[in-house]
Amino acid sequence: MIAVAEVTPAWYLVLGSILFAIGAVGLFVRRNPLVMFMCVELMLNAVTLTFVTFSRMLDDIDGQTVVVFVLVVAAAEVVVGLGIIVALLRKEPTATADDLNVLKG
Amino acid sequence: METLDLVWLVPALPLAGFAILLLFGRRLGEPAAGWLATLACGASFVATAVVFVAMLGEDEHHRSHVYDLFDWLHVGGFDVKVGFLADPLSIAMALFVTGIGTLIHLYSIGYMHGDEKFSKYFVYLNLFVFSMLMLVLGSNMLVTFLGWEGVGACSYFLIAFWFSKEANASAGKKAFVTNRIGDWGFLVAMFLTFATVGSLDYSVVLEGAPELAPVTATAIGLLLFLGACGKSAQIPLFVWLPDAMAGPTPVSALIHAATMVTSGVYLMTRVNPILAQGYDWVPTTIAWVGVGTALFAATIAVAQNDIKKVLAYSTVSQLGYMFLAVGCGAYVAAIFHMITHAAFKALLFLGSGSVIHGMHGEQDMRRMGGLRKLMPLTCATFIVGWLAIAGVPPFAGFWSKDEILLFAWDKSPALWAVGIVTALLTAFYMSRQVFMVFFGEQRWRIEADEEHPAAEPHESPWLMTLPLVVLAGLSVVVGVLNLPFADSTHFLEHWLHPVVGANERILDVSTATKVGLALIAIVTALVGIGLAYAVYLRRRIRAVEPTVLAEAWYYDRTITDFVGGPGEAGFEAVATFDQTVIDGAVNGVAGAVGGGGQGLRVLQTGFVRSYALGIGVGVVALLVYFLTRAM
Repeated sequence: MIAVAEVTPAWYLVLGSILFAIGAVGLFVRRNPLVMFMCVELMLNAVTLTFVTFSRMLDDIDGQTVVVFVLVVAAAEVVVGLGIIVALLRKEPTATADDLNVLKG
Repeated sequence: METLDLVWLVPALPLAGFAILLLFGRRLGEPAAGWLATLACGASFVATAVVFVAMLGEDEHHRSHVYDLFDWLHVGGFDVKVGFLADPLSIAMALFVTGIGTLIHLYSIGYMHGDEKFSKYFVYLNLFVFSMLMLVLGSNMLVTFLGWEGVGACSYFLIAFWFSKEANASAGKKAFVTNRIGDWGFLVAMFLTFATVGSLDYSVVLEGAPELAPVTATAIGLLLFLGACGKSAQIPLFVWLPDAMAGPTPVSALIHAATMVTSGVYLMTRVNPILAQGYDWVPTTIAWVGVGTALFAATIAVAQNDIKKVLAYSTVSQLGYMFLAVGCGAYVAAIFHMITHAAFKALLFLGSGSVIHGMHGEQDMRRMGGLRKLMPLTCATFIVGWLAIAGVPPFAGFWSKDEILLFAWDKSPALWAVGIVTALLTAFYMSRQVFMVFFGEQRWRIEADEEHPAAEPHESPWLMTLPLVVLAGLSVVVGVLNLPFADSTHFLEHWLHPVVGANERILDVSTATKVGLALIAIVTALVGIGLAYAVYLRRRIRAVEPTVLAEAWYYDRTITDFVGGPGEAGFEAVATFDQTVIDGAVNGVAGAVGGGGQGLRVLQTGFVRSYALGIGVGVVALLVYFLTRAM
């Protein structure tokens, strides 16, 4: 008999932290701006997952409200971020994030 | 009440004249511009007269009327309206300002004939009359201050009217700067008034005066007195007035004799409840400053040779009498003397202008003499002015000066003694002037040389002599305003009673003393005249004119040396402090921020991943901090 493990909120939290870690590591180690951007999105979604979980655990709707805001902000951010990345890659197809250093002090 | 509302027309008419002349003055040219200005001033006089007649119809307690034209400032609790206060004092002032102003406008048409800035002159003149009327009629201190500054500015324009000559330009600056010192006093007094009373309206301030703390009332009174000292040329701020003679002579007559310089006396009279609320030594100080100035200026006038300088110092001296009156609580006498002085001093100045005009610009009395046959009308009117200022009855000056001396006697015989010595000197130096200019040998003919060819003096045109005749008439009769014979002949006292009656000094002298003092005053005047006759006409006594008096006790030079020496060093020190410490602090802060930025910019690498690393390290550090703290 297969022991069916019960899915507890802790699982979701662990999943969230794993996703966040993948995102964070990816952000640090990759150089392709598009991939780095996706890593950021991954971290954002890890956080939203955590929010929803806690909302369920504490029976508080506020957590889910925050998620809606995060989604909106993320959507706006994607528009801007992708715009920049597309413009950059069009100009220089092999560009890395390190080429975006015109803001150097 | 409706007629009293017309009071706004009084300053509005000269303002309209000013505006028209400013825009179209040059096109109007000579003499139309002059006539327009005269018309504006004359219309203003008529408006004042209408208000005056309407006020006569009211009974004594309803003669104070405020007419608000519009809201000027409204900031928090600070509420100022452009309003006019028509009451017996302001209308009395406005009457002689516009009346004498009109005559001087008329005279100026003749005097300024041929001047290339003819129309500009009348622009200033109308602006001046407007400012003076704002000063006098303002219903609150700020409107008065507006006029106060206006007359100061016009005075500057007109003293420096012929500014192509260095001396004239610097005389204008001197007047302006000296007046600023007084203005500072006026400004601080206004701040203090608003801080304690919460309003600048005369109606509120003067009614609330009895509730002021004596120390506050003293401070406000003294600060206003400082302002008055600047405008009315009292010690220590009188230095500008003698130099103000650099302007055209009608200006000297209008501004520096008849109207503007009296504004300090007006202000003191207006705020008499505040002075009464202050400590007792405040009026005493004012009286001594006044009588001190009177004597000081009179001694200087004795040794001046410039025909206008004598009159200038004489003005300072007569203003001293008015402040003596204010200090003695004789507000009616102060206003009375102001009015009589306005008449005879305007007459004397215009007369001297006529002489200068006839002598083709010569101002040195040592090169005049014997002019009475050549300028009969000027001479006759000048003699009337002379007798009036010397205090010979029944001319106007006698009645007003006698009243002031009577109050001075009542306050302190020492004040009276200084006053009577001044009266002696006044009679002496004015007689000296008359004898040097109109009598004796025709020195301009005898002493003519290459440099000073014999002038051909001539009588002035009717435009100039007509005002002289009118003013001479006034100088004879204006004394009837306040004759001392019976209570019913104190017209001016009854008229001003609603404004100053509460704080007027009550005399405690017998009729015998009054008559005695008057007789002494008459004898003094005659002795002064006789002495001058012996010295300057008969040449029985050698003239004593020490240099120290001719140089005005070296007062002017001392100030110049002080400001030029230690004063300038002080200013330099302050300027250095400003440049090094104040500017240094500002520039130092900016420099520090800039340097810090330069240092920090190396952190801004431009590599996105290093920023991300920074954020990551920061998050880890925070986590470690919170976790270790929790445990």
